[in-house]
Amino acid sequence: MVTLAIVKSKLRLYWPLIKSLQTGLLLATGLAGYMSARCPVMHWYNFLGMGFSLFLAISGSTILNMWYDRDIDAAMNRTRHRPLANGRVSPTEALRLGLSLSALGVGMSVALSPLYGLIVFAGLFFDVVVYTMLLKRRTCWSIVWGGISGGMPILAGRAFGLGHIDGIGILLSLAVLFWIPTHILTFAMRYFDDYQAAKIPTFPSTYGFQTTRTVIATSSIIAALSIGMAGVLIGMQWGFVRLLVVLSGGLLLLAVASIFRPNERINFGLFKYASLYMLSAMILLSIGGI
Amino acid sequence: MKITILDRILLLLTCLLAAWQVAVGINRADTLPLIAYTIGFGVLLVAGLLLIILGFDVLDSPAVIIISTIIPLSLSLGLVWEHLPSFRVFYLIFIIIGFLTILITRILPIRNKLPIVILTSVHGVAGVTIFLLPVILTISGLVHLSFILVGLGGALIGIGGLLLSFLRMGNPLLSHSTILKVLPGLLFLMTVCFVTGFR
Repeated sequence: MVTLAIVKSKLRLYWPLIKSLQTGLLLATGLAGYMSARCPVMHWYNFLGMGFSLFLAISGSTILNMWYDRDIDAAMNRTRHRPLANGRVSPTEALRLGLSLSALGVGMSVALSPLYGLIVFAGLFFDVVVYTMLLKRRTCWSIVWGGISGGMPILAGRAFGLGHIDGIGILLSLAVLFWIPTHILTFAMRYFDDYQAAKIPTFPSTYGFQTTRTVIATSSIIAALSIGMAGVLIGMQWGFVRLLVVLSGGLLLLAVASIFRPNERINFGLFKYASLYMLSAMILLSIGGI
Repeated sequence: MKITILDRILLLLTCLLAAWQVAVGINRADTLPLIAYTIGFGVLLVAGLLLIILGFDVLDSPAVIIISTIIPLSLSLGLVWEHLPSFRVFYLIFIIIGFLTILITRILPIRNKLPIVILTSVHGVAGVTIFLLPVILTISGLVHLSFILVGLGGALIGIGGLLLSFLRMGNPLLSHSTILKVLPGLLFLMTVCFVTGFR
């Protein structure tokens, strides 16, 4: 009984460390990548194994990020209540947890398929080492590497399904890479003061808000085109392609509106719509080829 | 006015129905009606998502008039193209000119009644077309009975579109809070009618 209570309290404490929504969205891209390759044939053993290993690896890398950035989190209003930033979880405990989950996730991935494991490891390496440790505090262009690591789950999923890397997988990966600015830069504008307080270089602080909005609109267009092209190349049914075009239209509308009628509501709306768009696109990619 | 949970649920159901209609399309439709229906239901889908995400404040945007016009124009074009072959080109020209005129009178700073007259005329013709055409076709026995629901949907979209347009233009037909209270339900009912009627 006591053990169960301890496990429960630990889980409650650890859950915010993995940023469940972000992890869930990245996991959805990985599963969609796999589904896009294997539909209509589904191997549940592989599907669940891939999903679990990816969940562990993404969660592990997120915890390692949070461990490394705990000083930044403590300096920002938005994140100062996170378990590591306010001391509810010790850095050593978080580091152990992050390393364990990462090792388990990558280990499982390699056991499932060496190529899949290699891509999962590359995603983790780009995210934790290149993006978080080397670049995030130095340059606003670090988000490119964050984007590349964000594109790894979908590439990994598709490569796992096919047994090799193909052009569509790279296109899907590019779609996520170009979607990332819509997600991260709208956030950087919304919490501009927080990032300033933590001395983190961002696009808005380096190039100004207007340039950032133009970058968001441009990258949204490229992301939508990439997903659309990948959908057509996968052989998605036309009905789903039409739906994808409609949803992309909404994304572009908001991105363009944020340039010509910039305000906080549009900016936050774009942030939320972009997440919804990516999730919808992944669902369509998953079921569209059936 | 704050958007309630019930409003969000109704809007989500509206979005799901609209998305489903875009995905399945209209089986018998040619390319142009298919595009027109896709635009109509697509705009409905995106508008519903924006309402869920941004709340009723999004209705303060000047784009609302344009968006609430696109839906009836595109749906009526699809219906005319499918069922009134001799009016196809005439109606297509009317839709294009009507839409452009509404767009221009929205952009230019015109202070007289012209924008309202144009908006009411174009909206009115499209609304009456979506309402009457399915009713007449159903009564004539040219289509299946459930197609009459498209007409009912047309009546609802006509009401919704006019309520929103006049609200945005500062001459509300009902009070601001009443319009916002009925809007999610109206959009949902309208979409149910269209989706059921087009089956």
